[in-house]
Amino acid sequence: MSTATETIEGLVKQEYKYGFYTDVETDSAPPGLNEDIIRLISSKKNEPAFMLEWRLKAYRHWLTMKEPTWPHVHYPPIQYQKSVYYSAPKKKGDGPKSLDEVDPKLLETYEKLGIPLKERERLAGVAVDAVFDSVSVGTTFQKQLAEKGIIFCSFTEAVQNHPDLVKKYLGMVVPYTDNFFAALNSAVFSDGSFCFIPKGVRCPMELSTYFRINAANTGQFERTLIIAEEGASVSYLEGCTAPMRDEHQLHAAVVELIALDNAQIKYSTVQNWYPGDAEGRGGIYNFVTKRGMCKGRNSKISWTQVETGSAITWKYPSCILLGDNSIGEFYSVAVTNNYQQADTGTKMVHVGKNTKSTIVSKGISAGHGQNSYRGLVKIQKSATNARNFSQCDSLLLGNKCGAHTFPYIEVKNTSSRVEHEASTSKIGEDQIFYCNQRGLSTQDAVNMIVNGFCKEVFKELPMEFAVEAQKLLGVSLEGSVG
Amino acid sequence: MNTEPILEIRNLHAGVEGKQILKGIDLTLNEGEVHAVMGPNGSGKSTLAAVLAGREGYDITEGEVLYQGRDLLDMDPEERAREGVFLAFQYPIEIPGVNSTYFLKSALNEIRKHHGESELDAMEFLSLVKEKMKLLELNEDLLRRSVNEGFSGGEKKRNEIFQMAVLEPKLAVLDETDSGLDIDALKIVSHGVNKLRRDDNAQLVITHYQRLLNYIVPDFVHVLVDGKIVRTGDKNLAIELEERGYDWISTHVPVPA
Repeated sequence: MSTATETIEGLVKQEYKYGFYTDVETDSAPPGLNEDIIRLISSKKNEPAFMLEWRLKAYRHWLTMKEPTWPHVHYPPIQYQKSVYYSAPKKKGDGPKSLDEVDPKLLETYEKLGIPLKERERLAGVAVDAVFDSVSVGTTFQKQLAEKGIIFCSFTEAVQNHPDLVKKYLGMVVPYTDNFFAALNSAVFSDGSFCFIPKGVRCPMELSTYFRINAANTGQFERTLIIAEEGASVSYLEGCTAPMRDEHQLHAAVVELIALDNAQIKYSTVQNWYPGDAEGRGGIYNFVTKRGMCKGRNSKISWTQVETGSAITWKYPSCILLGDNSIGEFYSVAVTNNYQQADTGTKMVHVGKNTKSTIVSKGISAGHGQNSYRGLVKIQKSATNARNFSQCDSLLLGNKCGAHTFPYIEVKNTSSRVEHEASTSKIGEDQIFYCNQRGLSTQDAVNMIVNGFCKEVFKELPMEFAVEAQKLLGVSLEGSVG
Repeated sequence: MNTEPILEIRNLHAGVEGKQILKGIDLTLNEGEVHAVMGPNGSGKSTLAAVLAGREGYDITEGEVLYQGRDLLDMDPEERAREGVFLAFQYPIEIPGVNSTYFLKSALNEIRKHHGESELDAMEFLSLVKEKMKLLELNEDLLRRSVNEGFSGGEKKRNEIFQMAVLEPKLAVLDETDSGLDIDALKIVSHGVNKLRRDDNAQLVITHYQRLLNYIVPDFVHVLVDGKIVRTGDKNLAIELEERGYDWISTHVPVPA
């Protein structure tokens, strides 16, 4: 066997940097799932009656549903009754009123993750909502944003302070009947971020949520709801990490985006959940429903994701293009190394006239990783002159990994145009040797080749994130060569 | 002046998967010299180039190669490159998405770092590159494209010599750089190579055909047949070979066992 292949296969040895555990006292629900647990979560959050009702309906519907088996991933049955559905760092008294009152241990945790929450240390120009296990522990820049009429807060606060908005939009894009994991999330979700950009306002800074799973045997079920009113625009970032544990943990989130006339939402994710160890032990099951609705004319929703973590990723950030001339975009880099599995892609549902969608998916497989792209482009009868362009490229490192593509296209309007391009390539030993022969080390060569492969996606990320993503990719594939 | 040879190949035996290809090569390149290695298909020309550059998959069964007095075979490919060994590929490799300028700048800076020199910034690099591009009559547009991606055969070969011009190797190995070139491109490439010839470097030009040697005039011509150098002469040997063919040489030269 050649040394390049060996080096590629050695790729895994990089330690997961964010695998530490924070020792905080927690207030947790007992394991298991039933109506009492849901009532408990709702009462912990002091929710109005409509929320509890919605949760219970979701739960009862979930009981009638079956876990999907169509994804190209394999895992032992999840013991839903053994998982903990609510875990929060214990509050002192009424809980923190400002960041100064947040448990220093938590602030330290976020600092270690590179997300300092204290205003003075924070990355200028990015407002952060930090979610720790089941609850939001702090949101920055709230005051400055409020001056522009922007609401950016934890979901719990939104339910308390803006119940009408929540009631109006919750479940509009992802109803609790949507799928197994969305139903589960609707029943037990404990927090998340809420963001509302009023008419005509361009959000002056990047908004971001940082999700951290800390407690053992705990599922994280958060919900994010972003609404951009007429002519509003916002760019939103999401980051995630978790401690290293031998057992798997479930993360089943729901993200809903709603863009009204002429509004734009850009949603970027750098997902770095603990992927499990080199033998495939542990890691997060990332089963997420993300969907945006271009409800208004000329609206635009753009998803960009860099998925390097999780033992299993199952997610399809999608766009429903309802408004005429609306635009949906999906840019994705998914990396699977060791025994990671990813079944990810998008759905673009064209309903309005002259709607356009673009899909650019880059899958990278290394080690024993299995990477699947699954995408649906649906042109409904009403979608005159709809356009779609899809490009799915796969890159293989080594010879024990796999790449799969499952594109689905449904066209019911003959004036539409749908294009699909796909390619699979291997990082050739030839390419590495060529770089070596010009003086570049094998690791630099692989980084360069992989980054070149992902370039079209990285250029869609906000700048700080693009740098972060490149670094992350370097780390994820470190040791795969050299 | 340094009188140590740049490259000394001694009794080199090498093969792939148990198949012997090079069966005892001896070759010395001194500073300022251009050597041509000619031979029919399958004689081992490209193997020689690959072994010198450190491509994996070749077993060295006997012999040694000294580069400026150091054991070349003991170095990784990237170390050889940083020490000044350059291979112009017969089939240059495409690297999609990697910008040509970025690639070459990274390569040059790796080499500079290795020699304890400061790295060039973008502006310094660009002015260097512009000057070298003229030498190869390359379109600047090439620098904005991905490495070799979508280049014509001729552009790829010219790009190799362009990289050589930028990296300024001590020892350049040109592996069938003439193959696939039309006469105009051949002239441009040869002109570039000739311009890069200096008193303190050496070039090893590997080719199947004599026509390249009309433009790159070697000091020595070696004929490689079945893994051995069977004749060495000056440029006239190449002309003779062109007239009489490889059959003539392989049947008229006694091959030692």
